[in-house]
Amino acid sequence: MVDSNTVLFGQTLIYTFYALAIILLMGWFGYRVTTDGPSKVKPAFFYTFVGFLILLGVSIHMVTLHTIPWKPMDMDRANIKADKVFDISVQDHKFQLPAEKMMIKTNDKVLFNVTSGDLTYGFGLFRNDNTMVFQMQVLPGHNNDILWQFDRPGVYSIRSTEYSGPAGVFMVEKDVVEVTD
Amino acid sequence: MSYINTLMNGELGLFKHTSLTPMQKITLRFVVVGLLYYGLVVIEGMIMRMYAVSPIDAVTTNQYFAILTAHPLVGIFGSTYLIVFGAFLFLVPFLMNKPLWSIKMASWTFWCIAIGTFIFWAAGFVSHYAPLYTLYWPLPADFTQFSVIGGTFFILGIAIVMVGTVLFVINIFKTILYTPEGWEKQPVAALLGSALGYSGFKNLFTKKENRKEHLVSLPVAAIARGTVDVAFNAAIILFTGVLILVYMVAALLGFDLKETAVDALLYKNWFWWGLDLIADGLVLIFVAGTWYLLATLITGKKLFMENWARAALLVELIVSWTVWSHHLMSDQAQPGWLKVVSGEMVTAFELITQGLAFFITLATLWSARPLKMSNPLKFLLGGLLGFALAVPAGIMQADLGLNRILHNTQWIIGPHVHVAILIGLSMTLYAAIYFLLPILTNGAKLYSQKLTNVHFWCHLFGGIGMGAFMGMAGLHGMLRRTLYINGEFMPYMVLAAISGALLLIAFLAFLYNVIMTVGLNGLLGIFKAPALKTEDLLPKA
Repeated sequence: MVDSNTVLFGQTLIYTFYALAIILLMGWFGYRVTTDGPSKVKPAFFYTFVGFLILLGVSIHMVTLHTIPWKPMDMDRANIKADKVFDISVQDHKFQLPAEKMMIKTNDKVLFNVTSGDLTYGFGLFRNDNTMVFQMQVLPGHNNDILWQFDRPGVYSIRSTEYSGPAGVFMVEKDVVEVTD
Repeated sequence: MSYINTLMNGELGLFKHTSLTPMQKITLRFVVVGLLYYGLVVIEGMIMRMYAVSPIDAVTTNQYFAILTAHPLVGIFGSTYLIVFGAFLFLVPFLMNKPLWSIKMASWTFWCIAIGTFIFWAAGFVSHYAPLYTLYWPLPADFTQFSVIGGTFFILGIAIVMVGTVLFVINIFKTILYTPEGWEKQPVAALLGSALGYSGFKNLFTKKENRKEHLVSLPVAAIARGTVDVAFNAAIILFTGVLILVYMVAALLGFDLKETAVDALLYKNWFWWGLDLIADGLVLIFVAGTWYLLATLITGKKLFMENWARAALLVELIVSWTVWSHHLMSDQAQPGWLKVVSGEMVTAFELITQGLAFFITLATLWSARPLKMSNPLKFLLGGLLGFALAVPAGIMQADLGLNRILHNTQWIIGPHVHVAILIGLSMTLYAAIYFLLPILTNGAKLYSQKLTNVHFWCHLFGGIGMGAFMGMAGLHGMLRRTLYINGEFMPYMVLAAISGALLLIAFLAFLYNVIMTVGLNGLLGIFKAPALKTEDLLPKA
């Protein structure tokens, strides 16, 4: 199954290709605009460009809806029954976890329900190489829940992904989530 | 001419501050102080870049986050607002061939923003008040971490900036609408309709022979529309500031108000609605207007597809009011329909509106081939490239799937925010500054073209490089607004710091070039009372 590393690799490829193309295009334009030559821009070219932008703007979200597995699951999470629920609270810049290690089976749908007793925090899961699996914001006075399906074994750390003052900079719980077959 | 003579009196002694009109002086004051604040922002940025490579002992964690809080606010208010407001207070009357409604009010705007910025910067520097520019509730009122007095001065400084901003809004609209002495009565309603884009939008659906002529030029219309967002933004920030001040004053008086009285999600919605009027509203609208103005001034030609450009600006104005939810896509309590409609769909419109402005500007430039690669043109092309890189990066993160793994990473602040501001916005402003320099100085000659080239290339490579390396770190999981002290993302941070150093070199080259162009005497003379007593923008030939 597609995971966050795969999606980010795809994004890196697409954006790098686009960035190089637009830099080259502007370089070409900068050179050609200083040289003599045909200067009329046909309105049809303009309208085609407008149509392309509309198509791109609409299609980008349709494509991700059908290729990124957690997107439809997140939008419909209220109607999906979780195999396991972890209730986590945060207060005074500390995570209160339901167990020393949260054990998960591969392919189980897991709901992380996080509440804050004081400030706005973040809740993110990270691999040992510091790459991110997912994150969400944790607002006080609200339920902050995320449904996730782990498709491979691994050990993950929790980190607050939102600034909550200098006291919250090192809010990391190392290796507290383990996914096994 | 000796070096010392040039340093004191400027290149060939051409700049004479005594020849400046009050309007030229006030405009130059805005620009000079705005550039000095930009220098402060670059130094702060460099400190943070070095800190990201290896924590600096002399800078404590609390000081670091105070810098991180002040950095964007000084950049937006102290630098960008001053430069943009100064330029527009000159350009609106310049393009409408009438005097500014009130020079005195422009002067008040200048002092409010310049002093207000210094107050909130100094309050953060001294007290380490550091809730960041996002001010997520209830962090700004968390007095276990922050000093109440420091916070009070910080918010007061912001409030003073907003008062100056409100005065700017009044001055711009009054200048567009008022009737100068001896003029025929101006049609206020028609002028307002033209300025806000109603007439341009109507023309799109009217037969060619029945179309009405535009009463205000397109750049003035862009300034007017961006100014609407400036007004809304000032209102939201003032309201939020008052709310935070209530908690601070209560704490000073010994009362502990309940922080839960304010809903964190509701607060986040209204505050982002207001903040986004800067990021996705006035910046994009002002920038598009400046592109159009520069393209027509550089080429001397009519703007390509002008009615479309006017309509796009109107659409952008409405988009800017309904786009804020892309900042709350990772907030699970935020209603899903708001995330999809406002966060994804409306945000995608920015690809269209900004794409149109990009195309129209390039097409206008193309229509005047061959052009000389002047300083305004090259910086304008840099500005266009900046937004061409930054807007799609923003559209990507405004997707529910991608936001889950991009939110609050260095991707957001690198390829999107810094490339948009440093390359897109700043290079557009530099294009305007290079264009306006001879007009505002009555023909001062630029000291060195070589230094201008150093400024251009170092700024371009530095800005794109910094954004790219921060973005790569973000794609590998590096968060913004936090510290990594074990060298987790070292190679990216070293490369980003080298890119940051290029930006610093670019600014120093520019600053030195400006000082040698106008001379230290000329620079100080800008702040002396004007010798000419006239409401005219430029001295009579």
